[in-house]
Parts: sequence; structure tokens; C-alpha cells
Amino acid sequence: MSLDRASESHTSSVERDLSPAGETGPTAASRLSLGHSLGLVLALAALVVIGMLTGGERFLSMDNLMVILRQAAVIGVISVGVTFVITSGGIDLSVGSVMGLATVWASTLGTQALANDIHWGVMVLTALAVGAGCGLINGVIIAYGRVVAFIATLAMLVAARGFAEVISGRQTQIVSVPDFLSTFRAEFLGVPVIVWIFLFVAAAGWFLLNRTTFGRRTIAIGGNPEAARLAGIKVKRHQVKVFALAGLCAGIGAVMMLSRTTAGSSTHGYLYELDAIAAVVIGGTLLAGGRGTIVGTVLGVLVFAVLTNIFVQNNLDQSVQALVTGAIIVVAVLLQQRFAREGRT
Amino acid sequence: MVTTDQDSRLLRMSGIVKHFPGAAALDGVDLDIRAGEVHCLLGQNGAGKSTLIKVLAGVHQPDAGAIRWNGEEVTISSTMDALKLGIAAMYQELDVVDGLTVAENIFLGHELATTGVLHRKRTTEHAAQLLARLGHPEISPHREVGQLPAAGKQVVSMARALSYQAQLIIMDEPSAVLDPEEVDNLFRVVRSLTEQGVAVIYISHRLEEIRRIGDRITVLKDGRTAATGLEVGQTPTSELISLMTGREVVTDFGGAPSGPTAEEPVLEVEDLAVQGVFDPVSFTVRPGEVVGLAGLVGAGRSEILEALYGARRRTSGTVKIHGRVLRAGSVTDAVNHGMGLAPEERKSQGLLLDQPIYRNITLSTFARFARGLLLNERAERQAARQKAEALQLSPPDVDRQIRTLSGGNQQKAMLARWLVHGCEVLLLDEPTRGVDVGARADIYTLIRDLARQGTAVLLVSSEIEEVLGLADRVLVVADGAVVHQGPAAEIDEHRVLDLVMEGSAA
Repeated sequence: MSLDRASESHTSSVERDLSPAGETGPTAASRLSLGHSLGLVLALAALVVIGMLTGGERFLSMDNLMVILRQAAVIGVISVGVTFVITSGGIDLSVGSVMGLATVWASTLGTQALANDIHWGVMVLTALAVGAGCGLINGVIIAYGRVVAFIATLAMLVAARGFAEVISGRQTQIVSVPDFLSTFRAEFLGVPVIVWIFLFVAAAGWFLLNRTTFGRRTIAIGGNPEAARLAGIKVKRHQVKVFALAGLCAGIGAVMMLSRTTAGSSTHGYLYELDAIAAVVIGGTLLAGGRGTIVGTVLGVLVFAVLTNIFVQNNLDQSVQALVTGAIIVVAVLLQQRFAREGRT
Repeated sequence: MVTTDQDSRLLRMSGIVKHFPGAAALDGVDLDIRAGEVHCLLGQNGAGKSTLIKVLAGVHQPDAGAIRWNGEEVTISSTMDALKLGIAAMYQELDVVDGLTVAENIFLGHELATTGVLHRKRTTEHAAQLLARLGHPEISPHREVGQLPAAGKQVVSMARALSYQAQLIIMDEPSAVLDPEEVDNLFRVVRSLTEQGVAVIYISHRLEEIRRIGDRITVLKDGRTAATGLEVGQTPTSELISLMTGREVVTDFGGAPSGPTAEEPVLEVEDLAVQGVFDPVSFTVRPGEVVGLAGLVGAGRSEILEALYGARRRTSGTVKIHGRVLRAGSVTDAVNHGMGLAPEERKSQGLLLDQPIYRNITLSTFARFARGLLLNERAERQAARQKAEALQLSPPDVDRQIRTLSGGNQQKAMLARWLVHGCEVLLLDEPTRGVDVGARADIYTLIRDLARQGTAVLLVSSEIEEVLGLADRVLVVADGAVVHQGPAAEIDEHRVLDLVMEGSAA
């Protein structure tokens, strides 16, 4: 008997009987995300302490900090896009493959020749267009074709990877556009350009989600698509935009990847979708949609990046790292659910 | 305690107290139930009915008080405990699993099996017996529950209760999702249960139902027992209402309708139809006019509203606002031209439950407050607060999660959304369902006020009295067709019922 479900669904109507001064005051939502972010900040701090204890000064050095941030940058940008998709009630499994395809397309001999002739921006635009284009296709298939997001983006995951292999002939394509490399491999105020891009995308994402009509629509269609539709919001059109945005972020990630590795490859971004989803979910964005946090996502990405760094610094087994990562995801989500319950009663 | 009483007393709850953080939901409730009676639980939203039945069903544990079951003191610490004692609850949102068959649902959680292998045949037979006992042998145990109407799901839920040998079944507003005929059926089932000695705790907002089915009444108010063991036959309605509210109330629709404020129609519907759902219907609504759609659930009333609103794509006909034809299947177009809908299922179709009240109120208008892409939450809050005050939303704090509001206040927030929008045509689908007496009156007043200010209102309600009391004009819908159109003053409840019955028989 579905007793658990029954009691779950009935906690919601308890509050009805509880009207006057229930605990859920004005700050319930904000406290929820604050509390959760605080948890992540503490986790991050704990990891830093562990890093210091095991790696000593080297861990805290500026160089290592930049290593961590460079590591986090690509997955971070992709995760910002995925945060929007998940907040809107969808899921995008294709972002890793799409990024791979974008690196390949933007680094073909033809594109590079054009870039050398005209401007390095050609490569950037190509990567962004490929990313946004794939996202657009995802969105149209999901919103208007009524295919479940999980399936549609799974198909895109497979197809984009295959297409990237076809274009590249499974060869690594070295980037030989000096201007492109010098632009993106440069540093500004001692911080690598790709880290700046990450910070910028995160800030823009936060603003878009929390301060604009676009963000409000995203939260609305994720929270209750039927209510959003009956309020006059164009739900399908917005879904398409959200998936296109996630694709665009994958395209930005591709530009960063091209400059970091100086090559385009159909193997780029392998399993990134899982890292991104993990970061988003431990960050506190509700997998069911309707609530999203960019700050949480960024913290989630940093937790994983620091963890990786500690393991690499200490020459530890990658399999153990995978194990620890899994444990962190479970613990984080368990905590998240506890916060969610407390926030409600 | 008097010993002679105890024989017939199945359940006795005394001094039940339950606190939630920040509020006392129950503050000393007494309730006693006799075997084989229908005991009605009355009270406004927030009076503590739901909490009380959840204490009884093992969902919540009381902070103080005693529960005696068949004369013995018991602790009910889980729903399984309750079921083992013979106490089963049927909630408003029925807890059946749509993807499983009727038989599988009935025995969900206590499957007939040996070492994990199901006895399919025995399960089917037992299920069929239980359904027959409930007077519904026509429901096949093999049927998928998702395909059953709400009434059928209720029967399955009751059969499940019986499968636990329940001696007490709690029914939380079972009639809310049923049309009158189905309610008759439900009452037949309830009577046959009580004849078999099963006691029923029956919760409903509808007093006339309580008159028909109930034996005794307990009234809750603010978490306390206001009165208990009232004999249904000897307690006048006015007394019940004053016990519930602490004041004398008569059903007041705010006087006679004020009539249209202009001659030129604002809404013109011509031959509107959705194939296979309802037949072509034509009517016009003038500013300030309230038009009611009466009929049974499933007759096509809600569907007509949805088609008007673009939420359901029309297959023929036109809908015009101020002479301009609305795009078929586009809610956005309807909203942009001044239409608004307060849907039947508030929670699932209307609200973002996790979001603050003000964002729910401005869900249709936040883009209007925004400067370009940039939200202006201050202006949103201000507009929301203004309407919340005008509607006496309680509590008036628009930053709270809307989930925490009572049904009536959620409905007010829904209406506030369209007030902010400034609707010319307001579509209301069952605006007072699950709404307590006090909030009902507020909603009636609001409808009147809006009409006086020139808003055209289309009202769907299962309560014929409500339609007739509020509307200038009535459309009677039966079996997907409008069978009567005319002034509300020229028709009465009996005539409407006649029309509805004729239509559905044909």
C-alpha cells in the first residue's frame, strides 16, 4: 500500500490546518537556499583543510588555485546551462557530446582557414552556433515533438558524438590559429581568461535566473507547467529557449576547451553531462524543477574540482575518487531533502 | 465513564493535542464514534479536521491525549498500526496507483502471496467479492485504476479499506470530486457499510449532504471541539454554522445580480465546439454580466471554458473579445486580450506551490512590471499586497509560500492574479470548491463587485444554488450540449435538475 506516498502527499495539506503562524515565514525559501549553500561552503572548507593537511603549501599556492579553477571552468559553464534546464523541469544529457561536436566543428581545417583569413572570432561563433543549434534541436523535439527530455537528449548525446567522429575522422584536430590561442590562453590580472569566462557566465546566469523575466518563466514552467500555461506563459517556446541556452553554454565550454587543450576532438566532454548534473543537484537545484540556484551549482562544481585536485596532488587512485564522489552526491542530496522538509513544515 | 455506553463505543479520543512548530493544530479535541454510525466532522479550513484524522490514521502522533479503541487504550504510531486496528483513511487526493489494476491496488501492501509469489487468482476473487460488497460488481478487478473516473477510484479505495477488515473508515470530502448521481451511489455504499457495522467518519463542507447521510455531528473550531455528538436530525443548520464560525450566517450571494453595465457584448461565442467533447454552442456576454454554466461534472462545462480560453483547441467556431477573434489554442492570446481563468484544480492547474504568494499573484503580469528583461519585484510585491489587502487574504504577508495558505485563501490569491491583470472576461471554474464558509462569502462579494465594475464573469459550479444565486443568466449543459439558456430569475433548482437529467438520459 502506498502509505508512504499518502503520508508524504498529506504533509502538504497539513499546513492548511496550520494556517496562522506556520514556520514557513517569508524567509523560508531564502533560508532554505542559504542553509544549503552554507552546507556546501562548509564541505568546501573541509576539503580545503584536507587539501592543506595532505598537500601542504603547494595546495594553497596561487598556481594550484588556478589549476583548480581552470579545471572547474569548462564544467562550470556547462553546469550553469544545465541548471536552467533542470530548473525548468527538464534534463539535458547531451551537453558533453554537444561540446565535443562544437570543438570539432570549430577546429576543422576549413573553419581554421577562415579564422586565419578573417578573424579568430569565426571559431568562436562556429562553436557557439553549433552548441546553440543542437540545443535548439533538443528543445524543438522536446517541446513540439513531445518527446521526453531524457530520451531526446539521450539521442542527441549519441548522435552528436557520432557526428563529431564523422567530421573529424576520429582524429585530434590541432588548433593552429595563433590569435585564437593567444587570446584565450592569456591572463588578465593574473587570472586565466577561461576562468574569467566562467566567472562571467556564472554571474550572468545568476542574474538571468533571479532577476529577469526569463528566469521567472523558467522557474514557473518547472514548478507547475500547467499553471504557467494557464497564466498565459508560452511554455513550449520557453522550453526551446532554455534548451538552446544550455546548448549555448556547451558551445562556450567548447571554446574554452579548444584553448585549454589546443585541440578539437570528438572525445572532448565525455561524461561531462553527468558531472554537470551532479554539480547542479548537489548545489540544491531541485531535480523535479521549480527551484534552481546558480550559486549552489558553482559551489557544487568547486567541490568536485577541489576533490579532484586533492586526489591528483596526492597521486591517489582515481577509482577511489569516483567512490568518494558518489558518496558526496548521496550525502548532499540527503541533506538537501532534510532542508526541504524543514523548510516546509 | 458509564459502562452501558462503552459497548457501542468503538472509538473514544479525548483531550487530543497536537502542536506544530509555531502553531497548535489541535488543542484538546474530544471525539467518540459508535459502531455502525456515520459521524460527520464539520469545521472550517484550519479548524483541525485534517490533523485530527491524521492523528487517528497514524500519520501524526498526538502530543497529549488518549485514544481508546474498543475500550482499550492504544497508541497509533504508524498508518500500518491504524490499519491493523481496523482504521482506514480515504484522503481527498486518493492514494491509488494509476498504473496498477483494481485488484492490485486493493491488496497493495498486503498482497496475497506465499514467499513473495503472488496468488493472482485468489487476489482477483477477493477483490471481486469486496467490490460486490460495496455494490459495484461492475468494476472489473483487472481494470487499470488510471482509467477509472474519480468515483471508481473511491470505490477501489474503500475496497482497500475493507480488505484490512476496517471497522472505521475516514472519508475526507469524498463528494468533492463527484457529481450528484455519483454522490447518491456513494451514500448507498456508505449505508451498506454501516449496516454491516462499519463506522464512517465523514468530512464535508456541504451541509445538505450531512443532513442526508449523517447520524451525529462533531464540530471543530480553532483546534477544539465546539460541540460533539449532535444528532443530525435535531440540530438546525443555523446552529451548526454558528458553531463553526462563531457567528450567524445565511447563504448570502450579496443580493440580486446587478446586470450588465453596457449593451455591447464583450465576449461573443459562435458555434464553438470541440469535436467529440461538446457540441457547437453560441452565446454572448456583456460587460458586468455574470453567466453561470450549470450541469453535471463531465457534462462539458469545464471543457467549454477551456476552449474559450484556448487551453483546449477548438475544432470549430469563433471566440471574439470586443469583436476580435481569438487565436484557437492560444492561452497567451486570450490572456493578452483580457481573459483570465481560475481553474478547477487550484493546486495542480493554478499555483506554484513552492513560490511566494506575490509571485503567484503576478504570474500573468510579471513581464508587465518588468523593465525590459529586468524584473521589478518591488512593484510586483506592491501590486500583490494591494490586492491581497482588498481581498482580505489571511495572513496578508505576500512573501509566504502559497502552500501554507488555506484553500479559500489560495483561491483568493488566484483571483488576485486576475485583478492585477485587469480582466475584462473572468472564467471561474468551481471557485468555491474546498473553500470554507467565510472565504466563500468573500468570493461571492468579489464576484459581485467585479461585475458591478464591468467585468464579465463566466461561472461554472456544481452547486446549482450557487449558479442561480450569482448569475444573471444561466446555461444548462448536459452531455456536451447546451440544453437551456435564459435568465437566472426564470429558472429554479428543480427545473435545472430536470434539464440535466433529461439531457444525460438522452
